[in-house]
Amino acid sequence: MLPGWLIVVTSFGYLSLLFAIAYFADRRGRQGHPVVNNPTVYALSIAVYCTAWTFYGSVGRAVSSGAGFLPIYLGPTLMFALGWVVIRKILRISKVHRTTSIADFIASRYGKSHLLGGLVTIIAVVGIMPYIALQLKAVASSFTVVLHYPDLSGAAAVTSLSPLRDTALWVAALMAAFSILFGTRHIDATEHHQGMVLAIAFESVVKLVAFTAVGLFVTYGIFDGFGDLFTQAAADPRIAPLLTLAPAGNDWLPLTGLAMITMVCLPRQFQVTVVENVEESHLNKAIWLFPLYLFLINVFVLPIAFAGLLRFPLGTVDHDMFVLALPMAEASPGLALLAFVGGLSAATGMVIVETVALSTMLCNDLVMPMLLRFAWLHLAEHKDLSGLLLTIRRTAIIIILAMGYLFFRFIGESYALVAIGLMSFAAAAQFGPAIIGGIYWKGGSRRGALAGISAGFLVWIYTLLLPSFARSDWLPMSFIESGPWGIELLKPYALLGLTGFSSVSHSLIWSLFFNVAIFVGVSLLDRQSTIERIQAALFVDIFRHAGSSTSTGLLHGRVSIGDLRAMAERFLGRDRARDAFSEYARRRGRNIEPGGQADGELVQFVERRLSGAIGAASARVMIASTVKGEGVGFEEIMQILDETSQVLEYSRQLEQKSRELEKASGDLKAANARLTELDRMKDDFLSTVTHELRTPLTSIRSFSEILHDSPDLELGERQQFLTIIIRESERLTRLINQVLDLSRIESGRMKWVMTEVDLVEVVEHAVASMRHLFEEKQVGLKVFKPEVVPMVRADRDQLIQLVINLLSNAQKFVPSGTGEVAVEVTCGRNTLLVSVADNGPGIPYHEQDKIFERFHQVRSGKTGNPLGSGLGLAICRGIVEHLGGRLWVESTPGYGATFFFSLPVIGAEAHA
Amino acid sequence: MKSILVVEDEPNIVLSLQFLMKKAGFEVRVANDGEEALALVQDRAPDLILLDVMIPKRDGFDVCQTIRANSDWKDVYIILLTAKGREVDREKGIALGANDYVTKPFSTRDLTEKVKQILSGG
Repeated sequence: MLPGWLIVVTSFGYLSLLFAIAYFADRRGRQGHPVVNNPTVYALSIAVYCTAWTFYGSVGRAVSSGAGFLPIYLGPTLMFALGWVVIRKILRISKVHRTTSIADFIASRYGKSHLLGGLVTIIAVVGIMPYIALQLKAVASSFTVVLHYPDLSGAAAVTSLSPLRDTALWVAALMAAFSILFGTRHIDATEHHQGMVLAIAFESVVKLVAFTAVGLFVTYGIFDGFGDLFTQAAADPRIAPLLTLAPAGNDWLPLTGLAMITMVCLPRQFQVTVVENVEESHLNKAIWLFPLYLFLINVFVLPIAFAGLLRFPLGTVDHDMFVLALPMAEASPGLALLAFVGGLSAATGMVIVETVALSTMLCNDLVMPMLLRFAWLHLAEHKDLSGLLLTIRRTAIIIILAMGYLFFRFIGESYALVAIGLMSFAAAAQFGPAIIGGIYWKGGSRRGALAGISAGFLVWIYTLLLPSFARSDWLPMSFIESGPWGIELLKPYALLGLTGFSSVSHSLIWSLFFNVAIFVGVSLLDRQSTIERIQAALFVDIFRHAGSSTSTGLLHGRVSIGDLRAMAERFLGRDRARDAFSEYARRRGRNIEPGGQADGELVQFVERRLSGAIGAASARVMIASTVKGEGVGFEEIMQILDETSQVLEYSRQLEQKSRELEKASGDLKAANARLTELDRMKDDFLSTVTHELRTPLTSIRSFSEILHDSPDLELGERQQFLTIIIRESERLTRLINQVLDLSRIESGRMKWVMTEVDLVEVVEHAVASMRHLFEEKQVGLKVFKPEVVPMVRADRDQLIQLVINLLSNAQKFVPSGTGEVAVEVTCGRNTLLVSVADNGPGIPYHEQDKIFERFHQVRSGKTGNPLGSGLGLAICRGIVEHLGGRLWVESTPGYGATFFFSLPVIGAEAHA
Repeated sequence: MKSILVVEDEPNIVLSLQFLMKKAGFEVRVANDGEEALALVQDRAPDLILLDVMIPKRDGFDVCQTIRANSDWKDVYIILLTAKGREVDREKGIALGANDYVTKPFSTRDLTEKVKQILSGG
């Protein structure tokens, strides 16, 4: 039993020491000798993670679930040992963008969104305020325990003490004073609170020393070392199950993951790890030192838990208070006092940092944006807003702690408060997807983050907060047991039938599931605004932009330096603004005249400075509105961005043009090839014509010379040779005529004598003139025709020539004696069809189109002799096509060929 | 008696060549296409061939090449006849082993003289 005054004096003495340390550090810092610029201090300050809930609660958790308390420490260990790249990236981003809090970070990433910053702030306050209450309760409870031991009945009534004797109230008030003094010294929230950090680091040492001292005392004082303790524990049927991993069940994975993510999601962790970080390189030491710290502080958790269980009869001492009760029971009041101070340090450290972090968020991301929006005119009149900012922050601190205290007073004994430790972790975890997604995935959008966080938070409320209300009897228990309106699938502890997890793991699984799914889903469907795209790129590619990110030159133009400075003074205060501007001038190595124009770099510099004071979203609004007043500004940014997108568009067009060009050049190539082909064909044509002309000419010349040189020829021979000369001359004439005809038809210079023509009469005429030739070769020739046919408009002579050509071809190819040729005229609906069918060898399929080309000669199957000039069918086709008809052949090789031509009848021609 | 093979598919040209060569005192055989020509050469090699280039089945170049591939027929004198007057055809014929190249329409006197000169061993 300790005298009350001693406890009070010790407590106040300890807290005074904290003030002194903080004061010392701040003073040294102002004198230019910073003491916190030290990686060890940094690593120790991160150990603010271990709160009173850790200090006392780990033992309680170990009692109920054995090693089940470990995931809460395993997670951070893994995060620092393995996930430090994530932390390093967040660090770098925050340094470049002068991030003031987790809300600021998220808002900034998603296009400097007020809405998102506000949402994050509200969730953080709702989720974490009760946690502060929990710390106060821990202080009050521990005070009662050390005061009243072994009469522990009073410990239950800590919430009903009179205010004057209420330790929690005193602690809360002192914490508020500390936070105001050392947490809001500067207007720039990104500047380091050296005093606070050093005090926190000191507290980390105190709580480790205290807990380890109790652990050593228990293990080696009460028992004979670990071996003895664990042997006894294993022999106890109540304790033996705790030595296995079974009690923790399925929760290992979710809880470890949860603890990992809270390293970057809890406002206080963000504050000490990111905002208060002096140098990025300090992280290198924290990577191993912080996990080592966690290991050390956990070494004695199980021994103390087992010793408590072995030492005290069941139910007499609150498990959470074993750390205090064991030294008390063993009559070691000094140690108990040390343990009490350790718990106090754990609680105060958390309260201070959390309060500062939350107040910054409340000020920069909730209150200031609202004031700027709703009372802008009023604010604009203020010469200096830096005082207002500090006032808001200080008021926020007082409000937070007051609310924390009230929470403790009025619902301190409820389940809701007791369970809040892990619950508030789970609430903070909802920021995880937006943060992690935001720094690794450019596609994450503002609406996606808003929707994801909201969804996750709502699920958290439904699966954790509301049930905890029910367990505190503020809601009917049936809500938990059978779901709202008796719907089983909606049971808050077994949503959609998921069971087998603790309530926290269950809630975490579902809330993060919906959070991530909706964040990703909405982002994918969403279209990011320009500023979102810029911020996304700056965040995700932070290491690529490193160094150059301060000179993206987005803003430039007609903003006077004087105006910019006036605005900076309003928020930063006159001195800080002056310092900032002269620092800028020094860095750039040039003078800054108030009358001059601010360049983009300066505007950006000022915006960053403002961000540090009032958050990125508000700074953006301020800069934009100031610049807007001068006639340039947001529109200009947008214009510049539009120009960028125009350039993109232009390059797209260029690409298209070059594709078109490629295509055109391809076309040209093809055309060229075609021309070359035509040229070659013309060459071939000339060569072929020449050849065709030379052949009859050869015969004519030969026989003429023979006749000339052989006066002694017999009359019969002479007659034969002369006939040959005449025939070949005719052939030559015909050939020349055909070439000329074809050329005239193809060039359109043919003279057509168009009359109404009776096609049957034409066929009969042609047949009559060919009859002799057919009879001579003993080839059958039949004609089928209707009685009357409509007239066609055509050149009669050409048409007769056409039919004669077809008959002549047929006659040439059919065998003598057995050859049969049939000509048929039939009436179609609007056309007349003439066919000339033979029973010759037919035409190979691959030749059937080619035969209509000029000089394409089909050779007789037997002798291989060419049977015509090769111009006949080309001319025929030319004639038919000129008359508006069609000429084609159908043939199965070996079974003869049928040539068809069709001509439009006169009536149809008019309609066509 | 010296033997001449006329390879030509135009009947009237065949007739005139046949008349001229017979009149000059040579034995004349006639082939209408490349295959027939080679068959006749195989049968009995002539002293001289008047070989038209544009003949069915196997053209004159082909026939010329085939004959030159057989050393038994290396002494057969080959005169190509062609209605194609292009220099490239002439070069091709000579390259394939023809001894001479005559373009249609030809002078009957010149051709007869040329054949006579060749076959008289001059």
